[in-house]
Amino acid sequence: MAGDLTFFALFLAGLTLMGAILGPWMARVFTGRVSFLAPVEHALYRAAGISPVGQRWTAYATAVLVFNAAGFVLLYLILRLQGILPFNPQGFGAMESSQAFNTAISFVTNTNWQSYGGETTLSHFSQMAGLTVQNFLSAGTGIAVAVAVVRGLAARSAADIGNFWVDLTRTVLYLLLPGAIIIALLMVWQGVPQTLAANMTATTLEGGQQVIAQGPVASQVAIKMLGTNGGGFFNVNAAHPYENPTALANLIQIYAILVIPAAFPFFFGRMVGDRRQGWAIFAAMSALFVAVLLWAYLAEAAGNPLHASLVEPGTSMEGKETRFGLAQTVLFAVATTVASCGAVNAMHDSFSALGGMIPLLNMLLGEIIYGGVGAGFYGMVLYVVLTVFLAGLMVGRTPEWLGKKIEAREMKLAALTLLVMPLGVLVLASASILTGNAAGSVQDQGPHGLTELVYAYTSGTANNGSAFAGFGANTTWHNTMIGIAMMLGRWGYVIPVLAIAGSLAAKARAPETAGTFPTHGRAFTVLLVVTILIVGALTFLPVLALGPIAEHVSVADGQAF
Amino acid sequence: MISQLRPALVMLGAFTVLLGLGYPLAMTGIAQVTMPRQAGGSLVERDGAIVGSVLIGQAFTRPEYLHSRPSATDPAYNAGSSTGSNLGPSSAALLAQVRERAAAQGPGPVPSEMATASASGLDPHITLDAALRQVDRIAAARGVPPAAVEDAIRGATTGPAFGLLGEPIVNVLAANLALDAQEG
Repeated sequence: MAGDLTFFALFLAGLTLMGAILGPWMARVFTGRVSFLAPVEHALYRAAGISPVGQRWTAYATAVLVFNAAGFVLLYLILRLQGILPFNPQGFGAMESSQAFNTAISFVTNTNWQSYGGETTLSHFSQMAGLTVQNFLSAGTGIAVAVAVVRGLAARSAADIGNFWVDLTRTVLYLLLPGAIIIALLMVWQGVPQTLAANMTATTLEGGQQVIAQGPVASQVAIKMLGTNGGGFFNVNAAHPYENPTALANLIQIYAILVIPAAFPFFFGRMVGDRRQGWAIFAAMSALFVAVLLWAYLAEAAGNPLHASLVEPGTSMEGKETRFGLAQTVLFAVATTVASCGAVNAMHDSFSALGGMIPLLNMLLGEIIYGGVGAGFYGMVLYVVLTVFLAGLMVGRTPEWLGKKIEAREMKLAALTLLVMPLGVLVLASASILTGNAAGSVQDQGPHGLTELVYAYTSGTANNGSAFAGFGANTTWHNTMIGIAMMLGRWGYVIPVLAIAGSLAAKARAPETAGTFPTHGRAFTVLLVVTILIVGALTFLPVLALGPIAEHVSVADGQAF
Repeated sequence: MISQLRPALVMLGAFTVLLGLGYPLAMTGIAQVTMPRQAGGSLVERDGAIVGSVLIGQAFTRPEYLHSRPSATDPAYNAGSSTGSNLGPSSAALLAQVRERAAAQGPGPVPSEMATASASGLDPHITLDAALRQVDRIAAARGVPPAAVEDAIRGATTGPAFGLLGEPIVNVLAANLALDAQEG
């Protein structure tokens, strides 16, 4: 226990340090002060007919949508045609159409929900040219949008919020690709395969045959973590010993998930010329992170009361890997769901009732505790807008943030985004139940079955991609509906938040006065945390009560289903 | 909208070549040259034949071998199709499985990992505690002193992660290879 808590404290210190180093680097990249790959950039812009000048928010949003649509079509075609494409040593045929739709949407929206099992469905070509590419580009899209939002906040009376193509290219060239190369090589060093070979057959010590799936795993694992994508090479994702072979590999992967999200507040602080603004947001994120981490840790450490007389006291190892143990399993589960990663190194479905509720809660809050790459920060921007609005109501002044007045238009847009999660989670999950599509897909009886369903739709809407994997999501209904939830959860935030960025960019910065509510310091951080909990969590309290909380009291009472 | 079509298509094409072919193929080349053992899946050979991967668990049922954890794959330890059971904490099916596994290994409470399926179904490790409980059985089946079995197990043991976390763990395949080698 003491060792585990020490580890968590050291982890957080390390994350803070990395964020504080990477944030300023990002500020240099996105203000054009890093240019050692300028020839590559300019060649790309020339070939694509791009003039790298600022775009209004409408043009920026259009570019995002057209680029994502093109990415969707290409990925869908690759999945459908993989049977006749190269690098297919296992001879896999086309993916079924509703599953290919779901998978293509999933990777374009940075969700990376796995309705498929990687090693039994996908060719090496689909993994590389299909999924790995969207791992970079969906992450790049999220980061670009968040950069544009920060630029809008930092600007004074500006018409534009930057250029999407430039932001995307710079994200890939100066952030994601170098990071992925380093992480991929570290992963191979730790034992993650990187080969184009077909599956191997081994003759085991007892004389049996063991088929061992192989592939270009490390290159995909690296970016699936760094880009908070989370779509695994193998069915069981980062729980597979080839995808995550050691405790050190596991730690590197957790840092890879959170490093860019943790850098964003520092980047923001630099860009708006007031680092305290970034620290206040980072502090709110970290406070929530510590809370959910400790909750999940204590819930998992308690073990399963139903098995108490059968196994030794301590955590239930069902769905967990021995090499990670309790601390690294819980840390991974929390990291992957506070960010929009969704990779798993344990089966969340088999977590204790309250331990499994934390990943669900992390997603329902909107993945803003560090959050997905880019997506986490622009999600947090919306909460900040709400917080200053509430603060403004309390003191009876027009709310301001960074000297910019938050007015009706921004508030309407921010309020609109509050509807996305309830719509995707509550409405679509209810529709599944009412149309009779839930009962056949849930694996477990009792309240746990409801949690499986709600987790699936939450994961889709939050663009997370982790699952209570007992849930049979590969049906036409769920492939389609979760596909819709993923679109809603992506562009339902991207478009309003870019609109807010455009409208804030256009505003002048009013000077600070004695009546200005400061958006830095402890009071603001506390208010932000409270707003997140009230707005984010209360909506979902009833469904949490019917699912994990009901299961917890049942299990405590000796009831199995 | 139309004016963005050319940038979108050209950028997508260029990035697909760079990130979808250039990056993974370059990583494959570098990995195969500099770290061929790991890049090829950390396979283990004995007498010229591949007997498995040191990273991937195997099913062991004979009494003379150290036994791995239960596995939810079909068949157990199917490294071509990984899966966990995904059974929830309140599952009656899980309770029945745990009861049956514990009874087979009892008497008394057993280490949790020996009564539960791992996440991947391919977990290559068990805890040192769970391994040492099997020493007497293995020694009797092989007709060797328990100390020799314990030596083989300790040789395949790694300490708590970072010297901080959890318990020492044993690589089951490595321990069993060491046991076989003792008979040599």
